Amino acid sequence: MGLDIRLPIGVIFSIYGVILLVYGAVADKTIFLEKSEGVNIDLWWGLAMLVFGLFMAALALRSSRRSES
Amino acid sequence: MQPHFVDYLIIAIYFVFVLGIGFALRGRMKTSEDFFLSGRSIPGWITGLAFMSANLGALEVMGHAANAAKYGMFVNQFYWLAAMLAMCFVGVFMMPFYYGSKVRSVPEFLRKRYDEKTRTLNAISFAVMTLLVSGVDLYAMAILFQRLLNWPFWASVVASALVVAVYIYLGGLTSSIYNEVLQFFLIVFGFLPLAILGLKAVGGFAGLNAKLPPGYAHTWANIWHASDNPMGINWFGTIFGLGFVLSFGYWCTDFLVIQRGLAAKDMAAAQRTPLIAAVPKMFFPLLVVLPGLVAIALDPTTKLMLGGRYDNALPAMLGRFYPSGLLGIGLTALMASFMSGMAGNVTAFNTVWTFDIYQTHINPGKPDHHYLTMGRLATVFAVIVGIGTAFIVLRFNNLMDYLQLLFAFFNAPLFGTFLLGMFWKRTSAHSGFWGLLCGIMAAAAHYTLYHFHYIHYPSDMAANFYQAIWAFVVCFSVTVLVTLFTEPRKEEELVGLVYSLTPRPKTSDLPWYERPGVWAIGILALCAVLNVIFW
Repeated sequence: MGLDIRLPIGVIFSIYGVILLVYGAVADKTIFLEKSEGVNIDLWWGLAMLVFGLFMAALALRSSRRSES
Repeated sequence: MQPHFVDYLIIAIYFVFVLGIGFALRGRMKTSEDFFLSGRSIPGWITGLAFMSANLGALEVMGHAANAAKYGMFVNQFYWLAAMLAMCFVGVFMMPFYYGSKVRSVPEFLRKRYDEKTRTLNAISFAVMTLLVSGVDLYAMAILFQRLLNWPFWASVVASALVVAVYIYLGGLTSSIYNEVLQFFLIVFGFLPLAILGLKAVGGFAGLNAKLPPGYAHTWANIWHASDNPMGINWFGTIFGLGFVLSFGYWCTDFLVIQRGLAAKDMAAAQRTPLIAAVPKMFFPLLVVLPGLVAIALDPTTKLMLGGRYDNALPAMLGRFYPSGLLGIGLTALMASFMSGMAGNVTAFNTVWTFDIYQTHINPGKPDHHYLTMGRLATVFAVIVGIGTAFIVLRFNNLMDYLQLLFAFFNAPLFGTFLLGMFWKRTSAHSGFWGLLCGIMAAAAHYTLYHFHYIHYPSDMAANFYQAIWAFVVCFSVTVLVTLFTEPRKEEELVGLVYSLTPRPKTSDLPWYERPGVWAIGILALCAVLNVIFW
């Protein structure tokens, strides 16, 4: 098939995860009080997206390594 | 709602990836089978998620959130009765015929089972319906971004249409399917925090129940009498109209979803396609129904957040709960849903147009390359017409009505044709055409009578359900009647097309967890549990 869709999914979710993590860390905390019930949702959801992204990328890399050998 | 730089950055990255997938696949489109059917090479989990995602358009996401705000948990019936049964049925019983007969489209199956005129009628009605539907997603998206972000209507219509056109033009169905998988995950990650934050705000499920208007917290308890539930439909209309005719008509015969199964790499993967799709589908109420319920719990008069319109439920909740950053993800998820919905329509249209209309009636016998080019041109054409229909829909005021109306016209009778064709070998070649034609005309007659107030229903949704029932019943009866007066087809011509004449696909050499029957039983059992919990 050539293109393994898990790779682009892994990459975009990792990028989004990092963006949210960084933004959650530096943003003015009042936005979380105002909007997300006091939860720093950017930080937590960024972490979740990053973990998912790395997991997908790892799956894709593992299967491409396996098909090479 | 005030997006910041970070939100626009997230949206921009999404566009780069969507187009990137199209470009990466550009070199792989060598034959028309590559372009229209992905060379029948895709693993089951990918076609399964694409099957689910192609259906996740505007209707699904915004429409069901709006319905949940308007009608309560009743909406779960769309998921836990209608979709589940139909998806298990198509996976276990119907996919073997679609995939096994090597047809390239649903109308082509009708030509094999019935005759050329049945196929042509279906191909034309499907092409028209698909074009009329494809603009809905564009419209919903443009309206949303106009209201939320003050982007001009025409600009967001043209921009998103252009992106969809480019990635399908380059990578055909494969590109569409791959993007649908990406879009599926974005939709899940984009809307899940809404459920979490919404529940926290209303105080969990207990708090939600306490804040909802009476009757909202039940899926089934109020269906026995039409007057007890806000949709005004009794158990017969629900079970037969929605649970049977409309949902089986959609999931089992709509080429938009079947096409994803045809792209699978083998029979087992094709059969598993709708079954894999059913698993996330079962939990989708969490992503769309729950935010609708939270919206109405927090804003019972709909004045505060919803601005008096149920359609605003989902976007209003995004604006209420998402801080900058996550807001970008939420908006991307919305765009992903509109794009996957539109792309599904475009890929289904270009295939039916090229194989069933152009190659059959207008210009047969050309080299394969010619039809590949035609598929690309049809993609561009479909997108341009989609932009046009977006402006037509602008004149209507209710999306859900528009869509269910089209389904009741075209899908509901078609299911009768398929049911008889696949499971009754006596069904004759002529009967399919007449049954289908009369079914569509019955739907038209019913619509006319309702529209001009000769018959009355408590809600438009009820009218749609009964229109579907009439269309199905008429199609079914006429097909049976015509069959009784015409010659049956020879049995040897029907091998692989009719249940009783076709060997069952072998599943004994598959491990138990890959067998379609095991999946179907597991899904229905899990679904029954959900129905009981949220009774």
